[in-house]
Amino acid sequence: MGRRLVVIGNGMAGGKLLEELALACPGKYEITVFGNEPYGNYNRIMLSPLLAGDKTLDDIMLNGREWYAANGFNLQAGADKAVVAINRGRKTVQCADGSETPYDKLVIATGSNPYFLPVEGNDLQGVMGFRAITDVNRMLSAVGEGKNAVVIGGGLLGLEAAVGLAGRGMQVTVVHHNATLLNRQLDAYAANLLEENLRSRGIHFKKPADTAKLSGSNGKLEHIHFADGSSQPADLVIMALGIRPNIRLAQEAGLFCKSGIVVSDSLQSYDPSIYALGECIEHRGATFGLVAPLYDQAKVLANHLSEHGVAQYKTLPTATKLKVTGIHLFSVGNFSGTDSSENLIYKDPANAIYKKLVIDNNRLIGAVAYGDTSEGSFYSELVESARDICDLRPYLMFGRALCEQMAGTPVMENAA
Amino acid sequence: MTLQTIQTTCAYCGVGCGINSSVQADAHHASVQGDQQHPSNFGRLCSKGTALADTISLNERLLVPEMNGHKTDWDTALNAVAHGFAQTIAQYGPDAVAFYVSGQLLTEDYYVANKLMKGFMGSGNIDTNSRLCMSSSVAGHKRAFGTDTVPGCYADFELADLIVLVGSNTAWCHPVLFQRIKAHKEKNPQVKVVVIDPRKTQTCDIADLHLPLKPGSDVSLFNGLLVAIAEAGKLDADFIRNHTDNITDAINCAEINGDINSVAATCDLNAEDVREFYRLFCATEKNITLYSQGVNQSSAGTDKVNAIINCHLATGRIGKAGMGPFSMTGQPNAMGGREVGGLANTLAAHLEFNATDLDIVRRFWRAPNLTEAPGLSAVDMFDAVKTGRIKAIWIMATNPVVSMPDADNVKAALEACPLVVVSDCVADTDTLRLAHIKLPATGWSEKDGTVTNSERRISRQRALFAKSGEAQHDWWIISEVARRMGFAEAFPYQHPSEIFAEHAALSGFENNATQRLRDFDISKFAHIERAAYDALLPVQWPVNAEYPEGRARFFADGLFFTPSRKARFIPVRQRWPKHKTCAEYPLVLNTGRIRDQWHTMTRTALAAQLNQHIDEAYVDIHPQDAQQYALQDNAIAHINSRWGKMLARVKISANQRRGEIFVPMHWTGVLSRAGRMGALVNPVIDPDSKQPESKHTPVHIKAYHANWYGFILSREPLPWPEAEYLISIKGKDFYRYELAGSGQKNLADLQHWLNGCTGDSISYEDASLGMYRYALLHNGRLIAVAMLSRDTNLPQRQWLGSLFNKSEIDSRGRAALLSGLAPAGEDIGRIVCACFSVGENSIKNAIKGGCCSTAQIGAQLKAGTNCGSCIPEIKQLLGAK
Repeated sequence: MGRRLVVIGNGMAGGKLLEELALACPGKYEITVFGNEPYGNYNRIMLSPLLAGDKTLDDIMLNGREWYAANGFNLQAGADKAVVAINRGRKTVQCADGSETPYDKLVIATGSNPYFLPVEGNDLQGVMGFRAITDVNRMLSAVGEGKNAVVIGGGLLGLEAAVGLAGRGMQVTVVHHNATLLNRQLDAYAANLLEENLRSRGIHFKKPADTAKLSGSNGKLEHIHFADGSSQPADLVIMALGIRPNIRLAQEAGLFCKSGIVVSDSLQSYDPSIYALGECIEHRGATFGLVAPLYDQAKVLANHLSEHGVAQYKTLPTATKLKVTGIHLFSVGNFSGTDSSENLIYKDPANAIYKKLVIDNNRLIGAVAYGDTSEGSFYSELVESARDICDLRPYLMFGRALCEQMAGTPVMENAA
Repeated sequence: MTLQTIQTTCAYCGVGCGINSSVQADAHHASVQGDQQHPSNFGRLCSKGTALADTISLNERLLVPEMNGHKTDWDTALNAVAHGFAQTIAQYGPDAVAFYVSGQLLTEDYYVANKLMKGFMGSGNIDTNSRLCMSSSVAGHKRAFGTDTVPGCYADFELADLIVLVGSNTAWCHPVLFQRIKAHKEKNPQVKVVVIDPRKTQTCDIADLHLPLKPGSDVSLFNGLLVAIAEAGKLDADFIRNHTDNITDAINCAEINGDINSVAATCDLNAEDVREFYRLFCATEKNITLYSQGVNQSSAGTDKVNAIINCHLATGRIGKAGMGPFSMTGQPNAMGGREVGGLANTLAAHLEFNATDLDIVRRFWRAPNLTEAPGLSAVDMFDAVKTGRIKAIWIMATNPVVSMPDADNVKAALEACPLVVVSDCVADTDTLRLAHIKLPATGWSEKDGTVTNSERRISRQRALFAKSGEAQHDWWIISEVARRMGFAEAFPYQHPSEIFAEHAALSGFENNATQRLRDFDISKFAHIERAAYDALLPVQWPVNAEYPEGRARFFADGLFFTPSRKARFIPVRQRWPKHKTCAEYPLVLNTGRIRDQWHTMTRTALAAQLNQHIDEAYVDIHPQDAQQYALQDNAIAHINSRWGKMLARVKISANQRRGEIFVPMHWTGVLSRAGRMGALVNPVIDPDSKQPESKHTPVHIKAYHANWYGFILSREPLPWPEAEYLISIKGKDFYRYELAGSGQKNLADLQHWLNGCTGDSISYEDASLGMYRYALLHNGRLIAVAMLSRDTNLPQRQWLGSLFNKSEIDSRGRAALLSGLAPAGEDIGRIVCACFSVGENSIKNAIKGGCCSTAQIGAQLKAGTNCGSCIPEIKQLLGAK
């Protein structure tokens, strides 16, 4: 069996895989990594703080080029090293510069692309996504006092972008198709608290609203128009409507894809030599957009590649956080509930604190917290473990310490 | 700031403890300590006495006269009372008016009230709440001795080798006497204590033998004892022959009960226990029998008293050191009331309704209008109000709407009465709510006069402060009404010493062997001056030429106050309580006091520390009965009798006999929505003493199925929420409401309950369990917290209550608040020691930490080192280790 391992993609998933491989089987493979961004490995989820000016580029670098060298990884990074094709017959990958690299095993970690609304004017200058350091750089160059920015999408990324831009002095409006911000993470009550906070930071909202088109002159964005007929000036539009798995390479190479590259529990694609992980995959019907499952996948895949061969990837409920200074929110699991679920609710409006725990069949199945997220990991563990919480129910809202005090033992085995 | 030390006496029970109070008059502040010199207590005080200083706030006082709900001036109010009584008498005769007075009045108040009613209004219709308390003792004493004479004194407790406690939870009801007995027993291990009580009370803590007899079987037990004394050859033949009459009849009557086995069966006791009691009694010369309400509050109360006295007469153990029967009275001045004639059937100064005595009093008072017949006793009096025979009633210093049997009937009677006058020191009582005219009286800390305790000891109760607001002394109020009715000449009093002197003079008036010899004679004080009165030291009557320094004991000389100067044996037969249990009302209701409350709680409930030990009206029930009637511990029970109903918190207790429940007497309509025990009690009276049978009412009990349970703690008092079950409790820095009810409640109801409070809210809900919690905070201070649940499983109030004492609750504390649970170690638990506010958890921790005696716990936590009445409970905690 050959020792040549090629990894396409040097983002969060690819980078983590390298770290795991360095631990699991150092030297087992000759590893080449291709990345289309001219950096080592950086923490993509820290782009918002970078935009907000809370962090610098150095702060968010995870592994610089020297780390790759030190571990014997061959890093090929930059636009010219973007992989443009996979030749499964010859077992090579081809870069934009025409170079071809052979592999024995290939890992696809191409991540995702921001979803661009298919509306007129979405290609105007001033319309962009928020996925990479280049996006941040473009935004920062467009920033100007009193200029108008519109963020389309009131999800995590959109709100982080909005806060960042507002903090840079721009007039920011968030356009959201739902009346509830972060509707995939929050219920209406928590979303209202969040909205109040964001309004106090000068952010405006237009919701529920759908964008009809973008317009401008000389190829340059000037206005955004809504389905209700209204419009407003816009110097910058950030598309933050979610992501789509980046499966172009895989599809062109004939790998079986649905929404993402379909992989097994060991993250193997339909080609036994090719693996995939991260936001580009589809596993048991699920696609991914948060960092925690990516890290889990990297562990499983490293385990598999190192031929320890026992780990299987299992999708777990994932908690989310909004990375905005001064805003604490958290959600996990099914916080909307089921027909038979029951809610425990805590409110401290003066301190903008709200918590909801969703219980079904004596199990915690979901949680939302706003303002005080200190017990987030406790709730995540309970959702993951599906422990019967009957005995803890009266104390659950008040956190792990009280539950353990009342139960007389650590509530979770791994919490000891 | 000037500190002044004033010697006075306690406001509560009949022990009559002396108090040293350090008074800061300008700040209206006082502290209270037991008077080391006072012969009743030698420095000891119980939890209630210790907390007296917490009851002197003016906030809850009645300070201005009111008529028909409006404030008025004294002149108007007094004229209205005088006019109302005069008109009623003019129209319907003197028996259409009545006074219902109190063992809380001082002797001087009492004397003037009695003089006005019997001597000048011309009716016998003055009766006192002492009727509910010790009139059976009065009647029993009179039958046996010819006079209402307590033969012995407290010092006898410490001279006795056998102490028999009958129908008395001394540990809780007369704690200082209990401490004296306990200390005596500890010092002298040969001393035996026998407790005769259907309940296994805290008093049994020091008992060598407990006889949990069937309620009402006391006469059989003591008749059996009389027979056993005779059989054991312990009759004092000389004493019997020379100083008593009628022993043969008494023994013949006693023998009807049969042998010891038969007596034991009658009393539902173990025959060996009965035999042991009789053996101890026969074998122990120095023996006292102390008894209280378990004896008195019975339709056979007088017979029970005489059954006890018979045994002491038979053995000649009476009036000698360490020997005798002894009635422990309930109130601070029940004895004073007996002395002045506060009962409807006595005249004054232990004079009776006979031609000689009427003549004496008529001449002494210059009262030609003196009533010639006894008046109506309490139960009959309120019945007469109900039927309209009495049309004007003046109630002083007592709360009959709570304390009387068939209390709903009393309430209805007063509601229908054309003129109800109530004098009281507090602003709100169940009885005041029905008053047309409210008269603000001085209370303890302002009153100035004398009281007599259970051992005939007269002590001065002195004012710590000047009168507050427009409050006036009761004797002044009564005298002013008397003047306005045209009796100014007979009521010229300017100072209580003048009244006391007149009272003393009457006691000595023609009081000699040739004219009309009486036991009660304090003629030494007949001309007492104000200065001497103010300096009066505690002294036991009689105080006369023969006994200028008082007299500790009567009857050792064998001289009684019957015409023959001999004591009388009274043949008594077992008579069972009037109302038997039946299928509909299968349980016996017993009632009584708890450790930290006094009567209807109008004053003790003002002291937060006294509301901690027991905070709600409850019912003690045997575990098997609880099972039979499907009652859960701490749930709420609905109790009803033929006369009324109440709701009470269930306490399952193996200290109850099966078939018998116990409910404390204290809770009122002011403090609860359905906690008035008096409504249940049958209005049955003893034919001789007219004392109600408050210890025995057939009742039915069932679970009260509340849809929800809850509580509120609030910094400020709140309007009462709609709830069938509601108890209001004053805590330290907060008011607490315990609630339960039907219907559905949710968070919106909690918000509504706290509507009047301002603050930031925090809330918690678990709607499917019906659990709702809500709190308001302002600037970090807790303003109010309310919690609801479908069951009684609610957080402990103790810790939540302690948060009101915090000037700021930090964010962690705020987040934990609605859990209702203290961070580990912060919750001291239910208060056990009221004097030092020591909680059950603290004591348990000390035990865990190695304390293994009450002394060690006392050294570490101070618990039990003041009044000591919590020591039995501390022992239980030690035992449960």
